[in-house]
Amino acid sequence: MITAIRNGRVIDPATERDETCDIYFDERQILSSQDAEQLSVTREIDATGLVVCPGLIDINAKIGELGSGGASTMHSELRAALSGGITAVCVQPDTVPVIDTPAMAYMIRDSAQQHESVRVIPLGALTTGLKGEALTNMASLKAAGCAGVSNARNAIHNTLLMRRAMQYASTFDLTVFIHSQDPWLTGKGCVHEGEMSTRLGLSAIPEAAETVAVARDLALVATTGVQAHFSQLSCARSVDMVAESRQRGLKVTADVAIHNLHLTEFDIQGFNTLCHVLPPLRRESDMNGLREGVRDGTIAVICSDHQPCGKDDKLAPFIQTAPGISGLETLLPLTLRLVDEGVLSLPQALACLTCNPAKALGLELGTLSCGAPADICIFDPDETWEFDPEKMLSRGKNNPFGGMQMRGKVIHTIVNGSVETDSI
Amino acid sequence: MSRDIQIGADGRLNHFISLEELPRELMEELLTTAESFIDFATRNTKKVPLLRGKTVVNLFFEPSTRTRTTFEIAAKRLSADVINMQSDGMSTTKGETILDTVKTLQAMHTDTFIVRHSFSGAADLIARHVPEHVHIINGGDGRYSHPTQALLDMLTIRQRKPLFESLSVAIVGDVLHSRVARSEISALKKLGTGEIRIISPRTLIPTGLEDLGVRIFTDMDRGLKDVDVIVMLRLQLERMEGQLIPSEREYYQCYGLSEARLENAKPDVLVMHPGPINRGLEIASSVADGDHSVILSQVSNGVAVRMAVMTKIMGGSSTAN
Repeated sequence: MITAIRNGRVIDPATERDETCDIYFDERQILSSQDAEQLSVTREIDATGLVVCPGLIDINAKIGELGSGGASTMHSELRAALSGGITAVCVQPDTVPVIDTPAMAYMIRDSAQQHESVRVIPLGALTTGLKGEALTNMASLKAAGCAGVSNARNAIHNTLLMRRAMQYASTFDLTVFIHSQDPWLTGKGCVHEGEMSTRLGLSAIPEAAETVAVARDLALVATTGVQAHFSQLSCARSVDMVAESRQRGLKVTADVAIHNLHLTEFDIQGFNTLCHVLPPLRRESDMNGLREGVRDGTIAVICSDHQPCGKDDKLAPFIQTAPGISGLETLLPLTLRLVDEGVLSLPQALACLTCNPAKALGLELGTLSCGAPADICIFDPDETWEFDPEKMLSRGKNNPFGGMQMRGKVIHTIVNGSVETDSI
Repeated sequence: MSRDIQIGADGRLNHFISLEELPRELMEELLTTAESFIDFATRNTKKVPLLRGKTVVNLFFEPSTRTRTTFEIAAKRLSADVINMQSDGMSTTKGETILDTVKTLQAMHTDTFIVRHSFSGAADLIARHVPEHVHIINGGDGRYSHPTQALLDMLTIRQRKPLFESLSVAIVGDVLHSRVARSEISALKKLGTGEIRIISPRTLIPTGLEDLGVRIFTDMDRGLKDVDVIVMLRLQLERMEGQLIPSEREYYQCYGLSEARLENAKPDVLVMHPGPINRGLEIASSVADGDHSVILSQVSNGVAVRMAVMTKIMGGSSTAN
């Protein structure tokens, strides 16, 4: 069966394509127009006035775990992803149980497939049980489909072990994904150390908790030559360090959570637990530094850092609440807001959600070129709507952007040639 | 979410959580009302029927003697019924959330809760989730706020030195963990205090404290130079686990308030302390009990201030007369 998407504005940042034309695909891949014309088109989607781009790839999302009994289920979260235009999500290894064996990697992928068509790409654990003590069987994890290795948010205290983990990962061309956070400086902190932590009397995480760790990890990247990806940076100073190391020729990429590009420490005013996230929301100058990093390409990827929480998880004194934002369904509109605010061009913004994460993960996704898997997002760039977290498909309704006027709405999400029409 | 929850839709004071957002006029009105309650304590009949038929619950998730007792005395003098609930025997230890506890008590038709909790924002959280006829008074939450303590300190100062604009006030000690210090800074600023100084080692000063409009001193003698009021903070020994100070001895040497140190201040300086005092650790006994000390007056003012706050919130006329 051949489907034609007619007359949309096709934006494919991977090939720097931005034109109004038709896109053809079958139940597997994108077809060239010549191929398609020879065969008969059996279904047409009118995309007049809409943007047609590669399906979004979310490099960091929690999608409901197997044994945790948490608020979310894989089914609800993958539906939420689809309605947000997301066709592939990358999950950190801090699931329950941890993805530190090939069996767990297979299990995550299999159970995801049973639920929805969204591609679920696991990262393997860097150390067994994420304990920071012993290396995992990384070659086997890679063979089981892990796109890279990571210790999730569990800091590796032992610097020598971190170095060896990087060396070993580089042996198999595995990218190491790093959440740089100094465990001692982070302590039991829950918000950025600054004016708000001082005013509200909340235990704080200083900027140095991130910058000290980024500096250490960059030094180790330099000595090991490993391909490294820094996950969810929160400080402008970290962006500078990553930019400097990239100039020196280190193989370093980075991402940022979309909320760190829109919110600052002042959003926790009134003990707003919906803005309790890790790493914490920092100063306005940090938000601007992160935006600048995205603009100049130092930070190539924007992610949702989706963490669905139950109502009760956010209903407690601030420090006792679970951190995180349920963000799959606001990833696209909040990224488009950066276009409206003049930070990024539309193709640049879409690159941060499509080909750039694909590249960081080493995946042959995130493009509309012929032969690529037919993962497509079609959205209306002009539709404005008031965001109501209660209407999200995710089980977690924890999103601080409720009531905001959003622009840009997903109309169709297509994964592997199969059309999903849900939208929020 | 950031709207001030203390003032109800009708403009009345509905909850008393922190002084940060409270209008200055309202704060001064509370102080004046409190003053009218002071003489009252020395009369033979100490009770007024302002809150007859009302119930006040002291909901203390953290131990306290002074605050709980003064709230209890204040409520009883206003003829309210008082129920004390201390955390040890409470179900939160069994996994019930604080909101559940409050809802359960509410179902018993109580009017006002005095809440003390060890986490910042606890009183604020509860206030946001109770129906409008229920009032929350913050009896101290985490490191955030202790508004009645700050108010009673303001009253103690105002009785003796009413021109805040010309005053220099030094707050000495562990500001990092102190809700009293945060509320005190808010209150002093609101009343237009000439100068607020913080004297402490760097490890006990939270980042960005200067932004709140205070001057920071690490040298005690210099910091005390010509001040009108000294507020000593309790050194919370149980919180020094992370080696915030090397030893009690060195702390006292550098930041203890001795008679010799007191010489730096104005001759009529007031020495205050929210209690409980660690004698010989942050303050010399001779200073705590000396002529400049107004520590016991703080305690009796505590009753008057709490009467004023309860009266304002729970209705009745605003003065004792």
